[in-house]
Amino acid sequence: MAVYLEGTIVRQEKLSPDIRLMEIRCPEVAESAQPGQFVTVRVNKLHQPLLRRPFGVAGADRAAGTFSLMYRIVGETTELMDDMEAGEPISVVGPLGHGFHLGAKRGLLVGGGMGLAPLHFLAQADPDHKMEVIVGGRTKAEVFWADLFKDKTAKQYETTDDGSYGVKGTVNAVLPGLLATGQYDCVYVCGPSPMMKAVVEVVDQYGVPCQVSLEKYMGCGLGACLSCSCEGKGGRRMKICKDGPVFWSQEVVEW
Amino acid sequence: MVKPYEDPRMQVDLAGVTMKTPVTTASGTFGFGLEFTDFLNLDHIGAITVKGTTLKPRPGNKGQRLVETPAGVLNCVGLENPGVEFFLKETLPHLRQVTKTPVIVNIDGDSAEDYGTLAELLDVDGVDAIELNISCPNVAQGGLAFGTDCHAAGEVVKAAKPRTHKPVITKLSPNVTDITEIARAVEAAGTDAISLINTLVGMKIDIQKKRPVLGNIVGGLSGPAVHPVAVRMVYQVAQAVKVPLIGMGGISCWQDAVEFILAGATAVAVGTCSFTDPSLAETISQGIQDYLDASGAASLEELRGQALPGRN
Repeated sequence: MAVYLEGTIVRQEKLSPDIRLMEIRCPEVAESAQPGQFVTVRVNKLHQPLLRRPFGVAGADRAAGTFSLMYRIVGETTELMDDMEAGEPISVVGPLGHGFHLGAKRGLLVGGGMGLAPLHFLAQADPDHKMEVIVGGRTKAEVFWADLFKDKTAKQYETTDDGSYGVKGTVNAVLPGLLATGQYDCVYVCGPSPMMKAVVEVVDQYGVPCQVSLEKYMGCGLGACLSCSCEGKGGRRMKICKDGPVFWSQEVVEW
Repeated sequence: MVKPYEDPRMQVDLAGVTMKTPVTTASGTFGFGLEFTDFLNLDHIGAITVKGTTLKPRPGNKGQRLVETPAGVLNCVGLENPGVEFFLKETLPHLRQVTKTPVIVNIDGDSAEDYGTLAELLDVDGVDAIELNISCPNVAQGGLAFGTDCHAAGEVVKAAKPRTHKPVITKLSPNVTDITEIARAVEAAGTDAISLINTLVGMKIDIQKKRPVLGNIVGGLSGPAVHPVAVRMVYQVAQAVKVPLIGMGGISCWQDAVEFILAGATAVAVGTCSFTDPSLAETISQGIQDYLDASGAASLEELRGQALPGRN
């Protein structure tokens, strides 16, 4: 069940020049959120910005009653979020949507950019921290991701588009080599659509089950506005916010 | 303190539909009601107006469908819905297990005949009224074409009205020169009530890509930005017709709803702001009740239209 409450910002952390982590005290969300689910936030009571904005839950501390979001400062809401300080209230609706199917014995996380945020929660929630992760970034400014995953995954592999850190190229520069070892029973993917499509094409060649977390502009996050609706396998209409955001890769037709 | 939904002074009669509070939901902003049960009690709102329903399932428009604009939202969803058969078989029974609140079904057709067929198919227990959407700006056929022509609008009403025992509400478009002409035409054709306004046609351009943002190029503008336009139109239509009105357009708080009532609306609908504040359709009733208490009026009925000429 989702709640509609006011949380309190506990802290903000600068992860990179334009990426922040916001920890929010909201026990109802912290207790029930599953990796892959998201919340929508509203930063003021004005009409600007009007709509809530969705963020994948990036971590939760059930004992402390807090959860965290990671965001890149790209627009009005995230600019206002960056101006907020510990102690300030923030309106939260969530947790929303369907998260990742858990239970893989040896999972491989493949993330690009902010898509690594929900995967971070998934890695954190794995009690044995034995998953492995491919961290895909543009430049070495995003090297902080590998640090975030260090104590939550067994191995980290890094790629950057410009080769300034890790292997030069996209995540697919290292993915086939890893899959060829045959040791993974599920691949979890989250990132920009073209990257996810390219990853799924590779994963399919190795016959490993694959889950993807999709993203499309959302108006409500509740399944009402149909902004994020897309076509699924067999012509089925899927609402990314309600039926997803996590889908098995075979269900996805529209990237 | 009596709750708004238990207060007889808050009850309104909308063309035979008894609403516990004057608040319903604007079609397309509240799904089928079931999407909101975590955030409000459906039994505590006046009526649920569900997503526009068509004869056949519709996938809606391609490309980006929604974008935020100053104090508003532009959308070009294009009436995506699973079709009337699915609604009757799956959605309505489910909704009826959850709530007894009146259900208003918004219907859309490509032709006047479609509206008649839909009205007949939906003339069943569990449906309390039909809303004719003659004002959708996002579909190629029908939609807005019916809502901007007096004759065509009347023909849709005449096609639907004889084929249902339910009250028929006609939803008007603001994209006309004189909305009172269309209101008079649908009243003359037999509509039992009028709801207004649907969205205003608008557009947004991505200045980096130098292209329209929306997949359908244009879309319908809703949200607080349109509220003053809607109030003006309710005020005009209230003076032009005798049938009851549902005022909608940009309601974000109880004060916005009260404006519609003072302009002559019997009921109001919460729309886009349900996205932002998913319990708004319930919580707004409290403010309306408090206003009623403060005003000293015996009921909402007494407040209705008090801003109209000759009433003060």
